[in-house]
Formats: sequence, structure tokens, C-alpha cells
Amino acid sequence: MNRQLLFNIFRYNPQDPESAPHLERFALDESDAMTLHLALTRIREEQDPSLQFDFCCRAGVCGSCGMVINGRPGLACRVATRDLPDEITLLPLPVFQLVGDLSVDTGSWFRDMYDATESWIHTRELFDPAKPEKRMDNALAESIHELDRCVECGCCVAACATARLRPDFLGAAGLNRVARFRADPRDERTDRDYYEIIGNDLGIFGCMGLLACEDVCPQHLPLRNRLGFLRRKMGVTALKQFFGK
Amino acid sequence: MQTVYTDVLVIGAGLAGERVAIEAAQAGFSAICLSLVPARHSHSAVAQGGMQAALGNCAGGEGDSPDAHFADTVRGSDWGCDQEVAQLFAERAPVEIRQLAHWGVPWSRVTPGAHTHFRDGAPIEREARPENAGLIDASGFGGTDKWRACRAFDGTGHGVLFTVDNVCAKLGVEVHDKTEAIALIQDGEMCFGCVARCLRTGELRVYLSKASVIATGGFGRLFLHSTNAVISDGGGHILVLNTGLAPMGNMEAVQFHPTALVPTDILIGDACRDHGGTLLDANKERFLNIREPGDGEPAGRDEVCRRMVRHMRQGGGVASPHGEHLWLDIRHLGAERIASELPAVRELCARIPGIDPARQLIPVRPAQHYGMGGVRTGKDGHVPGLKGLFAVGEAACWDLHGFNRLGGNSLAEAVVAGGMVGRKIAEFLQGAEVTFNSAVIDDEVKRQTERIGGLIRCKAGTENVYKVRQAMRQALDEGANVLRTGTGLAACVASLRETLDRARRVGLKSNGLGVNPELSAALKIEGQVKLALMVALGALKRTESRGCHHREDFPARDDGAWLTRTLATWKNPDDDLPTLEYEPASPAYPLPPDGRGHGDGQTGASGAASAPATARNADAVRG
Repeated sequence: MNRQLLFNIFRYNPQDPESAPHLERFALDESDAMTLHLALTRIREEQDPSLQFDFCCRAGVCGSCGMVINGRPGLACRVATRDLPDEITLLPLPVFQLVGDLSVDTGSWFRDMYDATESWIHTRELFDPAKPEKRMDNALAESIHELDRCVECGCCVAACATARLRPDFLGAAGLNRVARFRADPRDERTDRDYYEIIGNDLGIFGCMGLLACEDVCPQHLPLRNRLGFLRRKMGVTALKQFFGK
Repeated sequence: MQTVYTDVLVIGAGLAGERVAIEAAQAGFSAICLSLVPARHSHSAVAQGGMQAALGNCAGGEGDSPDAHFADTVRGSDWGCDQEVAQLFAERAPVEIRQLAHWGVPWSRVTPGAHTHFRDGAPIEREARPENAGLIDASGFGGTDKWRACRAFDGTGHGVLFTVDNVCAKLGVEVHDKTEAIALIQDGEMCFGCVARCLRTGELRVYLSKASVIATGGFGRLFLHSTNAVISDGGGHILVLNTGLAPMGNMEAVQFHPTALVPTDILIGDACRDHGGTLLDANKERFLNIREPGDGEPAGRDEVCRRMVRHMRQGGGVASPHGEHLWLDIRHLGAERIASELPAVRELCARIPGIDPARQLIPVRPAQHYGMGGVRTGKDGHVPGLKGLFAVGEAACWDLHGFNRLGGNSLAEAVVAGGMVGRKIAEFLQGAEVTFNSAVIDDEVKRQTERIGGLIRCKAGTENVYKVRQAMRQALDEGANVLRTGTGLAACVASLRETLDRARRVGLKSNGLGVNPELSAALKIEGQVKLALMVALGALKRTESRGCHHREDFPARDDGAWLTRTLATWKNPDDDLPTLEYEPASPAYPLPPDGRGHGDGQTGASGAASAPATARNADAVRG
């Protein structure tokens, strides 16, 4: 006999003057191999067509469907209902601007982050189409790829105590972005340049070291390790600047 | 009404769209990309197979050349592609790969020594030369004889998309995400931009531009089973279709992938079969090798799909609550090799069906994977019929892929075509002056406002959009799937015509306020059914089998009658069927039509005669 699942879903449509924030309860018969993507789609198509949520690839790759699932930020399409209790509470990710129900605006947050961290390769070299590519050791390429695996789902930001207190904190996603370019020899920026970006309370020194970011990261990025490394490097840079070196 | 002006308006912020925007921005023009989702969540991110380019650095790539890549692409297309386009593409691909390296893509690099690649379950060993150490590597993918699929480890699409979006951020290309274009603004000759709906507030907004680009990806979500993202719903095609002025090319050319995971239809990549994975039926017996002894699992994707469907039809399918399926067996690899060589497959299986592929069989079935057809363009990406309108990437029929896409050519097309079309747009914009006619703009805004009001007030009826959509998907599933017949397609067309009638009577159940998802679905349902009719009618009229388009009643390729591209236009919005016309598949045939070398022998004697060489290359339809 299949279970009947009870969903408590956060509802609020800011564009509807009659809407007020509340939890709404939906019952759904669990089916074989059901994911939260399938469950929410069925609730929308069979029970309430106005229910807002964001899915895209629904294969756990793109990072669109971050939400708080029974108290923990995660990617909803990766969650099978069989791994959840009979009662499931779904809330939108905090920190980000609410669009409606479970849908939030991560895009604006991340584009601001690209500007703050200057999320691109800084080089004076021009591309020459006639020349072969510059060589790179494969192990180095792989280590850059490892830091480039962030899917910008926003789970680390939603789980971060500093981000909850300071909306302009760069968060693990932003700090990891700096770590990614710092590891890339194609980027000519120095630690002094990076210090300008993250050497303050909105950057690496705002991190309280609670490290929920690493706990909830669906990509299992080594955030604890990278954030600790950046803190040491930026600390050294600060001392060098202080002593005028 | 908020009105935004830009030189170039790109609808879609995946790889193809952003690559266009970069060229425009580098030439000094302003560019805005509209996107349903944050740019980096676009479907391009999911592509894992690699990006084909004849660099020739790697083990197994020695002696590779753009000419060889061109020939593989043309054969893969079953001679349905535009050979001039394929030539331009193959020549440019290596430069684009190097430019991506300059921009920051962490490409996998050559490590000297022996490298093993699996094919037909057997290891093939090739040596990488020490002098190539550190150059961009490639691996054997798509079954091409030369190894030329460049990869950024296990995240090629992701790595390339992130890098391209970084360059957009650097150049000041704006991405307006959570924004959906709902109609083009045009006066019958020239396109001036679009009316868009903000998916943060639900408000309408006008975008005015000198050049507009459709780069919205595929239309897989018209089908019942698709590996595509939920946003790949043909939205960009519909914008063009609704003008009645520009044709879709080859909409019947649809690629299916043999191993979509049941029930989610998430893609299980070809690597499983390359590693010797086999397909089993309800009796846990192999069946791909029955029809043609000596021909094992890893034939082309299209042929594997056909044999799977035939076998299920003959009673070989496994019954399940999610419909019939077959089994993919990779147990012979063992837990360790699966963990190291196919980690994504292990994770996908563990996550949803909850199985361990080292011990259990994986439930799979064929599912729609890629649309070779789309908005017909010229070599420069320009959409005939509307000045100032361009299309690029999977949304376009440029036409690189003909009737079957070569594995790893979709990412490559997005970037290569994006660059080429972007440069053509920059040329088009040099000195271009556009006069915007406010009456044309106001008319379109009024039309869209009324349309939305009509849907909310159930002016035309109360049909449920989700039920109509399901009826469309069922019709395509039954009639325009892997195996097609005249009777099945005729029934499909008839059923879709009824569905179109229902689609015109859709009304909302909910209040339609704000970012209402029911309204989003309702705004495109009529266009989706029209697109589906283009697929079905095109397939009904094409009385031959070519590439992925397989007619059981016409199993042979017919170059005498059908070396053509179908052009489908919806001339009048009230028409019940599209108007079909045809043009030659290619302006010239430097590589004259020949066998693909695999399959049912339907391509005639030439395929069998040129055995080993073509047989090898013919596998180049996978990827």
C-alpha cells in the first residue's frame, strides 16, 4: 500500500493583494520512484495550478530547484520522497528575494556577486586565433574544474548565518569564486587584488566559521578547506600591507 | 509600460545566445539576453558528452582534420545537412575551443602515455605523444574514428557555460533572467524586438532592438518522454511560428536516446554501452544481437532505439507502473570500475530508482533527446522572411545536423554558430538605422494584454491547459515516435488537430495574478500544438527513412525524391495545418550521398560495399 504524503508548502503571492504568507497543506498519494519534482508538478497540475516553484534540468545538474526541505536547504529534484517522512514541509530559500511560494530570485544575487568578485579571467593577453593554446598541466586544470563545479543554487548562502545577518556578505559561493580564479594561472590578479575584494567583513573576515555551507552544498565543494585557505592568505596579505612590504 | 532599448536582443541565455551577445558586445554594441532561468542554469549546463573539434592533440586524434570532422558530420546527418554549413563549422571549431581556453574553460589536458577508450565493450589503447603534453585533450565520443571530443572533465557543458557567462559579465552583457518573451514585435518585414512577461512580477515589458536573436534551445517537452530540461518547450520556435512569415526546417527530424532512466527520463549516457553495457529484455536476455548476428549493442543511437521499440512490441518489454521498459546491464564492470569510470550513472541510479548498478539492472527506455529541426536560417543565422531576426543553436535549423546529430556536435554548434552569427549580426548593425513605429509596438502590447485577459476570464473556454498538453504529448508518443507509419502519423495529425481546437479554448482555473505558472503554460499551448503538427505532418509527408526519421512503410532512404529539407510555415493563425514546402538539403554535395554503413541495410548496397571504413564512421551518429 502506498503512503499518503502530507505536504506543508509555504504560500505567498506578493502580486496578489489578497494573499498573505501561510503554510498550505496538500495530500498526495506517493508513487513508485517519486521525486519532489514529480510530487510538486502533480500538485500544481492536479490541485493548485497557481503553485510557484523552480525546476529546470530536473536531473540534479543545473541548480535551479534549491528550497528548504524539512528544515534543510537542498536541491528538490535530487530528493526521492521515499527518503522523507510522511509529512514534508517545503519553504523557499531565505536570504534571496521571494518571487512567490517556493520560487526565489537567485539570479540577481549571483549577478551582483559576479560584479563584486569580477568573476572572470583578468589578463592583458589577447587571443590569437592562429596560435596553439597555452599549455596547462592536467592536474592543475582538474583542480580549477573542482572549484568551478558550483551550480549557483544558493543553498550555501541560505544556510549561512552571516548572510542572514548581512545581505551583502559574499557567502561561500562568492568566496569560492575568488578561490577559483586565484587557482587559475591565466588570471593575472595578485593576492593584493583579491584582498581589495574579500579582505573585509563582507568577504573572508565576515565568515564565522560555522560551515553549514559545506554541510548543505549539493556539489560537495571543499568549502571549509578553501575558505580556511583564503583566510590565511588574506591574513598574510594584510600583515604585509601593514608592514609596508 | 516599461520599455527597454538595446542594439541586440538575445532571447535565451544558454551557450549559443551568450556567445552571440559576446560578439555583439565586443563590436561595441549593447546586448541584452532574456532567459527563463538564471543563465547558468540553462540546459547547456547539462551537456556532458564533450565538444567536437579536430585539434588532433590527443591519443587517438593523430592525423585528425576539419575535413574528417566534416565528413563524419555529413555521414551522421544521413546527408540531410547543409554541407557548406558543415564545412564552415568544422573549420572554425578548433579556434573556438582555443578561445574558450583563453577565456578560462578548464579543459582536460593531454597527459603523455597510453590511454584506454572503450568501444563495443572492448578497450582500445592509444598513445599520447610527449610533445603534446598540456595541450587540450579529447576523447573518443560519438563513435568517430578520430578522438575529438574535448572535455572539461565530467562537466563540459557546465564549464563552458560558466566561462561564457563570465565573459558576458565582464563585457557588460545584461542578462534579464526570469523573463519570458511572449511575442515578437514586427511589421511584416522587420522585427523590432519582443513583448516579454517578467517572471518576477508578471508584468509585461517591451524590448526594442535593431537585431533580435532566437536562442531558446530545443522543444523536447512537446514529447511525453524527453531527456530535456522542463524549459526546453519550444518557446522561441513559437514566437517565430506565430508571425506566419518564417519557416521551421525539418521539424520531423527528432533524435531519440536509447537509454533514458525510467521513470524520470533522465539521460544515462552512451558511455555505459561503450563500456560494454548490454540491453536486456523481460527475460533478462540480450536482443540487440538477434536480428543481425555479429552486430552488438553499440550501433547508432537511432538504430538501437528502433530495435528496442520493435522488441518491446514483440513482447520483450518489462511491465512497470511507468509503462514498458528494458534493462541496461553494466554489472560486468563491478562496483569499483563503475565508481571510477561511470560515477554519474551510479549516483543517478542510487538517487531515484534507488538501485546499485553494480548488482542490479537499470530500467531504461528510448526518449526524445534533440531536435535537429528548428527556425530555418541562412548560413549567417538570418531568418528569411523577417529582417533583423536571427536564430542560433538548437532552436535553429542552420542546418548542421540534417536528420541525425553527431555526438558532441551540439555544444560545438552552440559556440561555433554563436560566434559566426554574432559576427554577422555585428556586420548587419554597422550603420544600420531602425525607425520604430509606435503603432506596431502598441498594437502588439494590446494584443498580448487582451490575450492574457481572455485566458484569465476564460473568454474562449475552460479547457485545462495541463490536460491539453498531455493530449498533445500522447498523440506524438503514439504516432510520431521512434518508429513511424503512414497510418500512425495520419492518426497523430488528426488527433493533434482536435487538440489544437481544444488548445484554442483553454482558460485558467487560477486567478492568473503575478508569476502565475498556469498562465505561462496557457500562453504557449496553442503554439506548442502547432509545432507538434509540424513534426507530425512533416513526418507523414516524408515517405522515406533518413537518419532518425524512420518510416516502417518506407524503410529506404530515397535520395531521388527526398534529398530535401521540409519547410513548415503557419501562414494564417486560424489555419488548422501548417503549409509545407521543400528546398534542397544542401546547395552542393562535395561529399556525395552514400551509405551510413549500419542499420537495416535500408540505405542500399553502397553502405554494405564500403564496409569497414564507413561502418566505423557510421557509428558517428551517437553522442
